[in-house]
Amino acid sequence: MAEMWVNMGPQHPFNHGLWTLKVKLDGEVVTDADPIIGYLHRGWEKECEARLYPQIIPMADRLCYCSSMSWSHLYVMGVEDLYGIEVPERAMWIRTITDEINRISSHFMWLAAVGTDLGNFTIFLYGLREREIAMDLFVQLCGQRLTTNYPRIGGVRNELPPNFLDACVRFADHVDFRMKEHESLSVQSKIFQERTIGVGKISAEEAINMGFSGPNLRACGIPWDIRKKDPYEIYEELDFEAAVDNGGDAWSRWMVRLEEIKTSCDLIRQCVERMPKSGPIRVKVPRKAPVGTGMARIEDPRGESMAYVVGDGTERPYRVSIRSPNFVNTSLAKRLCMGYKIADIPAIMGTIDICIGETDR
Amino acid sequence: MVYTVYDFSHDIAEILVAIINWVNNGLGWHGWADWWASFNTMHILSLLIQTIVIFAVSFMLCLTMIWMERKVLGRMMDRRATQVGPLGYLCNFADGLKTFGKQIIIPQGVDDMVYTWSTALLIGISVLCAGAVPISDQIFLLNYDVGVLFIFGLFCLPPLMILIAGWAGNCKYSVMGGLRAATQMISYEIPMLLCIVAVVLAAGTWTFVGLTEFQAEHGWFILPMFIGFITFFVAAIAESERTPFDLPEAEAELVEGWQTEIGGMRWGLVMLGDYFRGYVTIAMMVYLFLGGFAGPDILPGFVWYLAKVFIIWFIYIWIRASLVRVTTDIIINLGWRRLFPLSIINLIFVIAAKYWGWFGW
Repeated sequence: MAEMWVNMGPQHPFNHGLWTLKVKLDGEVVTDADPIIGYLHRGWEKECEARLYPQIIPMADRLCYCSSMSWSHLYVMGVEDLYGIEVPERAMWIRTITDEINRISSHFMWLAAVGTDLGNFTIFLYGLREREIAMDLFVQLCGQRLTTNYPRIGGVRNELPPNFLDACVRFADHVDFRMKEHESLSVQSKIFQERTIGVGKISAEEAINMGFSGPNLRACGIPWDIRKKDPYEIYEELDFEAAVDNGGDAWSRWMVRLEEIKTSCDLIRQCVERMPKSGPIRVKVPRKAPVGTGMARIEDPRGESMAYVVGDGTERPYRVSIRSPNFVNTSLAKRLCMGYKIADIPAIMGTIDICIGETDR
Repeated sequence: MVYTVYDFSHDIAEILVAIINWVNNGLGWHGWADWWASFNTMHILSLLIQTIVIFAVSFMLCLTMIWMERKVLGRMMDRRATQVGPLGYLCNFADGLKTFGKQIIIPQGVDDMVYTWSTALLIGISVLCAGAVPISDQIFLLNYDVGVLFIFGLFCLPPLMILIAGWAGNCKYSVMGGLRAATQMISYEIPMLLCIVAVVLAAGTWTFVGLTEFQAEHGWFILPMFIGFITFFVAAIAESERTPFDLPEAEAELVEGWQTEIGGMRWGLVMLGDYFRGYVTIAMMVYLFLGGFAGPDILPGFVWYLAKVFIIWFIYIWIRASLVRVTTDIIINLGWRRLFPLSIINLIFVIAAKYWGWFGW
């Protein structure tokens, strides 16, 4: 059979988001691949230059609909670095809790999406079922499911609603309990193992050279976690281990993310137990930022994300730039897919966890 | 003599002819009465009515199977399924109406003749297969000498139609889906046929009624031929393109596989045809291994038959809810390296049993 190019995207069931993976097929074997992004480019960074500092927070939410809390948190941290202000301790604890809830909901969204990619609709619905509880928590907290708009420069927007912390602990316990179900659906299934073990394999050295980060890098056996290596908020006070797996294949990426959900549950419980019960949650900041630069990096559910803010003494940023982990991860599509079958592509690119909103900005 | 569908149709035909003759007499057309009441006319009328009745019965059976699949799948996925009508039973009809109202889109550049006829033949053959399987010793279309062989012969035609339909779609996804379907079905038909041969060898008859009577006398074949049953079961799931072997329409990489370019009511009928073929595989399984419509005399035969069909169907649904899709290489490996030897072992076992007269065969 002659080789042919097949477009997987921009409208294709396997694309979670608007991007194209052009693959060259020799029968069923992928001999070349070419990711094309940019369909969702909104000029995010340029738009920021025309807005006041607080106005950019809801825009940062929209960078990724799965992990809006981390992205607005990241932007806010960058601006705080520019202002050089200290955030009240209680606000830091709250941000950590919301970040971890967000990580769980994002990972469940990923689990659901890859579940359908692999052909099992049950994984999808079970994943969304668990995510729904996290969404309910966000609704309690700030009235929104996806675009939370919760962090503020110098703290967080509002005090926690009554019983929110209890609900968080119940959520963590519940997710821990349900993880058995998810594992029995996927990890313990022989067919699932055959589909993921050794598929989309990448060595640790290559992963570092190519700029992998987050769960994808940890799946190659490198314990690189910004929460550990460059602790922000109160992560250095918390007791946890970053999930690591040695395979570097789709299976390891799956296992690392499932493990991370459990870690996040544990972190939520620790935070709720140890956080101060009262105190200020926000400091006032001047409208005009100083001249200078601010930089922040956090461990997004998808990897290491960075925000770089340049202030020119006015109330609007001179430049906002972000580093999206997925922009880097998507560029590895060719390296990862070459030599595998077309049926392996959903397992390979799905476990990378691609979110196009932040990639295209 | 049992009261069969033919007798029922004959009774209805007599009533019809009586009405027609009454009208004719009223109009003064006396010459036709003998022709209407003649044996040949009555026979043809009865056959027509019988065909309609059998088609209606298999149609309702398949709709019930779809309804059951949606309901059970819904419960297994922790959601409520269809809601239209009592117990959601009317949802299939609503969906049928919806697809009926869709615009028929024939994509540019398709081979019109092949595109139309391949789908039409596919649907027709599937319905014919389902109609030719007897439901009990009362409800059947024909009782002929080579029932099992005839059904299996018809059953081998859909892969060809799928291959042609995929090719005619003028789309890379549908071509690949069609090729996958053909590969898969050819590699699973051989173990299936060998299992059928083993059963027929043991029972010494090709007819469904004969198989049922033999098994009622000597015990169900599932016990001595358990290997054959398992082989047939796996092959049957692959033949009817259901999860985990739904590669030809693998949504994640091939959009809808060979059905990609089929739209509107045509797609609805193709989908229904899939369920007809799924039903035929189950029906063959019931007749070959589970004693057909044989059962204690407290209930009529068709009740036992339907009970067995729905139990097997439940297992099909269960498998669909809990497994992920396999890849092409696994499917071919499984077909040729596992099921093919197993079916040969089963055949040799049956030959030995027949030679030495085990189980009273």
